[in-house]
Amino acid sequence: MLVSILRQGNCLIASIHEALNDGEMVQFQNDLVKQIGTHRARGVIIDVAALDVLDSFGSRTLQRIARMARLRGAETVIVGIQSGVAFAMARLGMHLDDVHTALDLEEGMQYLARVLRSDGRRARR
Amino acid sequence: MEATPPREPQVDRSIDDQELLPELVTHLRDARTELREQWAARISDAHLLSAMTDEEIFSMATAVYDNYVGVLETGSVEELQAYAQDLSERIIPRGVEIHEVVDIVLLLRDVLARSLFEKYQKDFELLNRVLDAYEPAANRIANTVAVSFVRERERVIRQQQDAMRELSTPVLQVRERVLVLPIIGLLDNQRAQQLTEQLLTGIRTHRAKVVVLDITGVPDVDESVANHLVLAVDASRLMGASVILTGVSPEIAQTLVTIGVDLDKVNTVGDLQGGVEEAERRLGLNVIGADTPGDHQA
Repeated sequence: MLVSILRQGNCLIASIHEALNDGEMVQFQNDLVKQIGTHRARGVIIDVAALDVLDSFGSRTLQRIARMARLRGAETVIVGIQSGVAFAMARLGMHLDDVHTALDLEEGMQYLARVLRSDGRRARR
Repeated sequence: MEATPPREPQVDRSIDDQELLPELVTHLRDARTELREQWAARISDAHLLSAMTDEEIFSMATAVYDNYVGVLETGSVEELQAYAQDLSERIIPRGVEIHEVVDIVLLLRDVLARSLFEKYQKDFELLNRVLDAYEPAANRIANTVAVSFVRERERVIRQQQDAMRELSTPVLQVRERVLVLPIIGLLDNQRAQQLTEQLLTGIRTHRAKVVVLDITGVPDVDESVANHLVLAVDASRLMGASVILTGVSPEIAQTLVTIGVDLDKVNTVGDLQGGVEEAERRLGLNVIGADTPGDHQA
């Protein structure tokens, strides 16, 4: 299995286990965006800690997934970007400016918990 | 067979030449005490080796003299090379300059040449051949010594550069999840790259959320180094840490603006203290935003 998408409360946790080619990346994008609706997810965590390479198509797809997820009502965090990958992405100009990033899964879940809680409060008000 | 007669004198001469060097060596060994004293006198006349005491100069002179004659005798510079290297390891740290060393060896060459001249001056043709045998060997010795010294010096410089590189980018954790990287000294491309590596590894090992990059001790940066810093900041953000740049000197500020480096996304604070305060504020704000009772009332 290349990618696992698990539900945890109102969040989806997608872990990419090995490098995906462009087709698999698009497949992953379709699956994830669909499941946001199925599970009524409010948050998405994409864990890329297992990847030591991420090409520009991959980075762009992650960014697109985050934007699509936002349109479907979920906030996305990308976690576990390795230092080498981070530097390569910076060098390629893939800043992921509008996507939140976190060190690891734990950090990402904390961030989502915080964001979703304040969202919820706003909604109640 | 016709070719043999014209060669004969040459063969004779070459045998003579081969005998010449041993003869020179014997002469130089016999006159060792006297020549060594002459040499030492010329060294102190020329005010060389002021960093060393007379006894040291004398023992060094003895060793170098014997080595020198040894090289003339055997034609192999390996032993001299080893000695010169050993000597340079000892005296370079004491501030002996390379020009002094070369001067000293050249003085010895001159002293010995003068002595040969005195001995053989009656027979001009023989003197010529003696000098023909002596000069190449002597020059080779001077060359060997000079090269050994330069090599040793380069080795010391390389060692120091490595040491500086090791020391130059410490990654310090000042609070839970806050790192400080004080950068001191000139930032070149190689160091900027090393700095980025250490920054990114540090973020992972210390689970940092905020990194304060203090460049108070950096005199100036060029365009590629500045761009490299921007890359480092972007990469840190991708790993979930934000970077605060502090201590930008007036020169660097001017350079960055003049060459048009895109620093919009980089947070800068005046000095290290301000940077650490800003880092705390950021961590603090995160906590207040989610958990404090005050927030619930609002």
